[in-house]
Order: sequence, then C-alpha cells, then structure tokens
Amino acid sequence: MTAAQNSSPRPDDLSRGDNAIEAKEVEGLSQGQIVLRRFLRHKGAMSGLAVLLFVAGFACSAMGIGPIPGWWRFQDPNATHPMQNNGQPTLTLPEWLGGPGFTWGDHPFGQDNIGCDNFAQVMAGVKTSLLVMVVLGCTALIVGVTIGALAGYFRGWLDLCLMRVTDLFIVLPVIVVGSVLGKLLSQMGTKFDWPQDVVTAIKYNMPLILGIALGLILWPPMARLVRGEFLTLREREFVDSARVAGASHLRIIAKHILPNAVGVIIVNITLLMSEAVVLETALSFLGFGISYPNVSLGNLISTNQGAFATRPWLFWWPGLFIILIALCVNFIGDGLRDAFDPRTKRIPSVREMKKAKKAEIAAISQGEVA
Amino acid sequence: MLRFLARRFALALGTLFVLSVLVHLMVDTALDPLEDLRLSTSPNKATLIANRVAMLKLDQPWIVRYWDWFTQFIQGNPGIAWKSQQKVTDLMSGAIQTSVSLILMATVIALILGVLVGIVSALRQYTALDYSITFVSFVLYSLPIFWVAVLLKQFLAIGLNDYLADPEVNWVLVGVLSAISGLFWAGALGGDRNRKLLILGLATLVSFGTLALILTSGWLDKPSIGIVGIIVLGAASAVTVTLVFAGLANKRALYSALATAGLGVVLYYPLLYLFAFIPMNWGWILGLFVVAIGCGLGIGWLFGGSDRGVSMRGGAIVAIFVSVLIFVDRVMQVYPAYYNSNTIHQRPIATIGVETPNLGGDFWVQQLDRFTHVLLPTIALVLISFASYTRYQRGSMLEVLSQDYIRTARAKGLPERVVIVRHALRNALMPLAAIIPVDLVTLIGGAVITETIFGWSGMGKLFIDSLKNAEISPVMAYVMLTGTVAMLAALAADFLYALLDPRIKVAA
Repeated sequence: MTAAQNSSPRPDDLSRGDNAIEAKEVEGLSQGQIVLRRFLRHKGAMSGLAVLLFVAGFACSAMGIGPIPGWWRFQDPNATHPMQNNGQPTLTLPEWLGGPGFTWGDHPFGQDNIGCDNFAQVMAGVKTSLLVMVVLGCTALIVGVTIGALAGYFRGWLDLCLMRVTDLFIVLPVIVVGSVLGKLLSQMGTKFDWPQDVVTAIKYNMPLILGIALGLILWPPMARLVRGEFLTLREREFVDSARVAGASHLRIIAKHILPNAVGVIIVNITLLMSEAVVLETALSFLGFGISYPNVSLGNLISTNQGAFATRPWLFWWPGLFIILIALCVNFIGDGLRDAFDPRTKRIPSVREMKKAKKAEIAAISQGEVA
Repeated sequence: MLRFLARRFALALGTLFVLSVLVHLMVDTALDPLEDLRLSTSPNKATLIANRVAMLKLDQPWIVRYWDWFTQFIQGNPGIAWKSQQKVTDLMSGAIQTSVSLILMATVIALILGVLVGIVSALRQYTALDYSITFVSFVLYSLPIFWVAVLLKQFLAIGLNDYLADPEVNWVLVGVLSAISGLFWAGALGGDRNRKLLILGLATLVSFGTLALILTSGWLDKPSIGIVGIIVLGAASAVTVTLVFAGLANKRALYSALATAGLGVVLYYPLLYLFAFIPMNWGWILGLFVVAIGCGLGIGWLFGGSDRGVSMRGGAIVAIFVSVLIFVDRVMQVYPAYYNSNTIHQRPIATIGVETPNLGGDFWVQQLDRFTHVLLPTIALVLISFASYTRYQRGSMLEVLSQDYIRTARAKGLPERVVIVRHALRNALMPLAAIIPVDLVTLIGGAVITETIFGWSGMGKLFIDSLKNAEISPVMAYVMLTGTVAMLAALAADFLYALLDPRIKVAA
C-alpha cells in the first residue's frame, strides 16, 4: 500500500460516519426504488398494510363482492335468525388461551336483540367503511390535485379563488358540514318527489354517494398542499427547459411537475383516508350518514349503545374494526411519510453499529499489516 | 399592522357572508319541515300543510327566505326555532356557556399534557419510551370519539361508581398502573442502565405506595389535601419549577419560589375562614387568583437580583399551583356531604347532563357537581386531541433540536437544561400558535358528538337536534357562531405568530 492511500484509506467522504450504511445501500438505485425500499423496511407500515389487507380480504370474501357470493352462511346482514343462547357470541377461545377449544359456531360475534347475525353485520360494515374510504380518497385526490395543480401552475385569479374557497371549507368542523350533507343526501329524494326507483337507487348506493359527497368537502387541504408544491417546483430549471423545448402546459404539469409532487400527495391522501374512516362512522353514529338498509360500523354502535350493559359484544366488535382500519391506514401513512422524506435516516441498531465498528477496526489493522 | 388587521377582518367578514349563503342554501335544501305532515293521517292535512307553508314561506323561492334570515340576523335577531317556538337567543345563551366551558377545559388540559409528553418523546427520540408514546398516540388518533365516549360512560363511570359503593381493591390493576408509571419515569428521566433500573424501582414503589395508601386508607370516602399536603406539594412544585426554569444554582429563584409556596401555606387557614364566612362566587375566586399571582410576582421581584424576571415567573407559577391546590382542597371538603346527598344516590360520577337538577347547596357543592359532570366528556375530548398535540410537538421539538444554534449552544458549554429550556423550547413552542386554531375547530366538531352522547345541552347538541327537527334558524346560528370563532382564532394566531417570530413580516 502506498503512503497516499494510507493517509486517506476511504477517499469518498460518504462512506464514513452517519451515512456510511445508507450510502452503500442506495448505490445505483433510482429515487422510486429508494422510496420503495424504505417503505418496505418500515415495520409499522408493513404490519399495518398486512393487517389491512387481511381485514379487507376477510370481510370481502365473507360477504362477497358484487355478484360473487361470499363464504359466510348468512349473506343478508339485516335478516333475522332464531335466537341462540340469548344472542351470545358462539366464538370460543382455543384451549391454549384458556377457552374450551376454538369453535366458530352459527353466530361468532353474537346476535342483536332482534336476532340479526352480528358477524354478517360487522363484516358488511367493514366493507362499507372501506368502500367509503376508497371512494372518498379517490374523489378528494382527483379534485384536490387537479385544482391545486392548476392554481399552483397558472396562479392568477384561479389561485385567488382557490385560496378563498379553502378558507371557507376550513372554517367549519368537517363533522358539521358532513352532517348537513348527509341529511341533504338522505332527504333529497322524498323532498323533491323524485320517482320511486331513483329514491331506492339512492338509498341502496348511499355509501358510494356519501363517499363522493364527503370527498367533495375534504379536498381543500389537499389542494392547498399541491398548490404549495407546484408554486416552488414551477420555478425550477427543469420546468424552464421543458418549456423551452416546446412542451405544452398539460405536458409540463403531468409529466414534469406532478411526479415530483407525488410524495406529498400520496402521504396526505393516506392520512385523509384514515380520517375518512372515523368521519364516516361518526356521521353514521349521529344518524346523518349511512342508514338502513346499508350497514355501517358507526350505525351499528349507535343502534346498540343502549344494549351495552346486556350485550357488550354488539359494541366491542364494530369498534374494534374501526380502530383496526384507522390504525392500519395511519401506520401506512406514517411509513410513506418516512419513505418519501429525504431527511429520514435509518438509525442503525446497536448491534449493527458494533458490527460496523468491528469491521472498520479489522480493515484498519489489516491495512497496517499490509 | 392596523392595515393588516383591517384587511384580514374584511376578508373574514366576506368569507362569513359567503359561508352563510352556501350553508343556508344547503340546509334549506336538506331540511324538510313538512316531513311529519306528509305522513300524517289527520283529516285537515291539507290545511295544516298550507298553514306551515305560509308560516315558513316554503312556497317562495329560497332567496326570499335567505334574505329574511339575513336582514334579521344582521340586526342581531337570529330568529326562532319554529317547532318549539323558542327564541334562538334563549336557546343559545345557556348552550354557549356549556360548550365553551367544555371546550376550553379540554383544550387547556390536552395542550399542557400533549406538549409535555411531546417534548419528552422528542428528547428521548428512538428509545422504547418514544416508540411507546408514538404507538399510543397513533391508537388515540384512530379512536372514534363516539366509541370512546360510550365506553367511558358505560365502563369507567359505572365501574367507578360501583367501586365507590363497594371498595374492593383490584391489586393486579394497581400493580400494572404502578409498573407503567415506573417505566414512564425510567424512560423519561433516562441515564445509564443502573440509573434507569433505580428510577424504575423507585417510581414503581412510590406509585404503588401512593395508590395503596389512597385506596386502603378510606381517602376516597373523605378526600382532602390538608395543610400537610399543601406544604409537601407546594415545596415540591417550588423545587421543580426552579429546577426547570432557573436551575437550582439560582438561589434567589429558589427562595422566591419557596417563599411563595410558604405564603400559600400560611394563608391556608385564613382562606378557609374567608370561604366559610363569605358566600363565594366566581368573581371572588378569580379576584383571589389574580391576587395570588400578583403575590408570586411580587415575591420574585422582592428577591430581585440581576435576573428578576426568572424569579418573578417562578413565583407566579408556584402561586398558580398552590392556589389551585387550596381551591381543590376546599371543593373536596364538601365531597362526603355531596356523596351522601339524596339527589346523588351515592353514585357521584355522572354520565348525563351538565348538572344535577335540584341539587341546591352552596358554591362549593355546585363546583363539585360541575366537576363530576364535566369529567367524562373532557376525558373523551382530551384523549382525541392529546394525540395530535403530542405528535406535533414532538416533530417541532426534533426540528429545532437539529438546528445549528443548538449545537453552538452545546458547544459553548451551556448546561443541557439551559439549552433545552431557553434555546430549544421557546422556538419549538412557536408553531403551536398555528396549530391551536385548527385544533379548536376539530374540538368544536368533537364536542358535537360528545355533547350528544353525554346529554349536554350545549351548542353541538343544539345543532344536531335542530338538524333532526328541521329547524333552520338554530342551525344557522350555530354555523355563524362557529365560523366567527374559527375566523377569530385564525386571525389571533396570525397576529400572535407575527408578534412571536420576527422573521415573519406582516404583509400590509
């Protein structure tokens, strides 16, 4: 080994100190791959994603999607069945948990006071919640990103209008606007004497309509963020060069700026969706959201809150699933935020640090020997 | 600055006007005042409908109804709730007070707790404590408030009342709680392994001992703080406040804090005589409170020295703490009588309503009664909003701690306490000015649900009930009031922010 090499055994500064492990790991990867790797390594987000997928898969396969029937024997959550064992849950714990052995039974989550199967109701409620969440997320995403992008890119009067409109939406609590909107949706058909089949159609597709309607009031924060992002990005050199190269406005927005803003958008839409789950259940609880014949978790809690002392299981299961869904989505959002944030550093564990130190010492002593 | 305020004010008024138009249109379309009559079977159905249509001007276009409402509203008359024929102003006067007390209390508690826990979480970043706090705040964030509220009502209240009626200590629960407290303190105070183990053991033992003493000595049947409690807690608060804000080396600050606590102890018996001989009201209490703060400031000023401000601040904080203790002690003294009164039926934790009807009693009994009623709704609201404050404060503290000037402060040899309290904390608290108004709006929304569940006749319940009853005037009054509050809060936040942060220039 020559003297020059000895004086600086590691020429690139990155391979020392805090960034050593990270710099080596991201060598030769694109931005997207780095983000994906970070996300896949985020334990909270991964467990959240796994649980959410499991819950969604379980509920959808139990109650069926669209024309495909599910595997659960009672497909109509509102059908009544003869009361078994005073409506107590037939689900029993396996032996290793101190129960009499795992059994599923006819009504694993019990029955309510008119004999409806609680399992079918909760699963249908989970499906409704997920549907509302996705529809709401998509609506808010489309509207928010479009308006935010246009306002941030073109500025001018559009921007001014947007800012005033978002002011308007931010003033009132979401639950208040949501209540009025929910009331409006459920009341419209009868009030304006619409034909019976339209009224029925609205009634049966309430989750879908409510999701769209709530999405239409929840987009402003999203639009604000996208606008802010566009305002800074549009001044960057790559936008200028695209413009000089003759790209149209639409092309610059969609192909050049939007991919750079995608991190903010994805993170915030996830957080919005977790908020949406709780919002929908709260509205249904107040009676301004989803009601009969559709089943919602909030609605289930609302109808059964009086029976808490006698039938607590009617209360525990829907609540458990609301928390589970919201928690999972929150964790996914947190993982995404960490993955997209360039400042996030992976903190190596104590063991990894020790290992790296040992390797370094070994390398140095080897160098000395050589 | 004046121009800025005027501009913002005009903008806020404009926004409120547009808001009123949009919401009125929406609510007017949503409500169906004829719903009950459509289903009615009475023979004079047609006349009834015609009468109501005429009364509510349903045959005229919406703009006429809006104009009627608007002209009335700007003259200070928000109309009447047509079903009950009550004036909206009458309905609201009591409701506002109820809601404000609930929301204010929840905001203050959530703010203090959330900020403290957030700071601890940031200072102990990437430790087990930090991860646990993060996890708990995520869970709280995902909790639907209505579920928590029903749970508190059906579980905590009934459980507590049952326990009070027939005290049988659940030692497992006590042990678990003590262990959690031990773990929290060990994580929060930090240090090397031995120190952590020592703190863990000590904190667990102290918590267990305190809980056991409270539960077995019959303290719950006849709670009080007493002169001994005030001496101990006052001295402890004086030392803690000095430790955090001035450092124990600053003798003047320590003595002024201790002297303030001592003054509180000396005034304990005279105050009890005062409370006994003069019927109290909130005017008196607030007056005494202001006097107490003045005393704290005065003592700090008298001890003087080169750094008067620090001593005065410490004295004032201790004065606040000790006066709250004396107040709480006096309220506790009426508890046995309250518990055994025949309107309470020995179930003191209330689940419904704002106050016990026909309770009677003096000022102190009423305060206790309010407390037992406000307890559960406040817990419900605090649980929800605590999480967002914690997350926010943690993030902002971490951001500040990674700044260069913090490294400079450490490099020039300042003690860690000074670095954190004087250099980091001040800047980390600033963004709160931006988050509080947003959170206030969320809390007002949360109060809608909490009030509905706990049967509090506040603004939120008024809104929900009126929406269900198809009465537009109270709904509009609620919307306008909430909108005004939110606007004012946002305005105040902008103003405060500009005052606090010299980097922000007010765009006039």
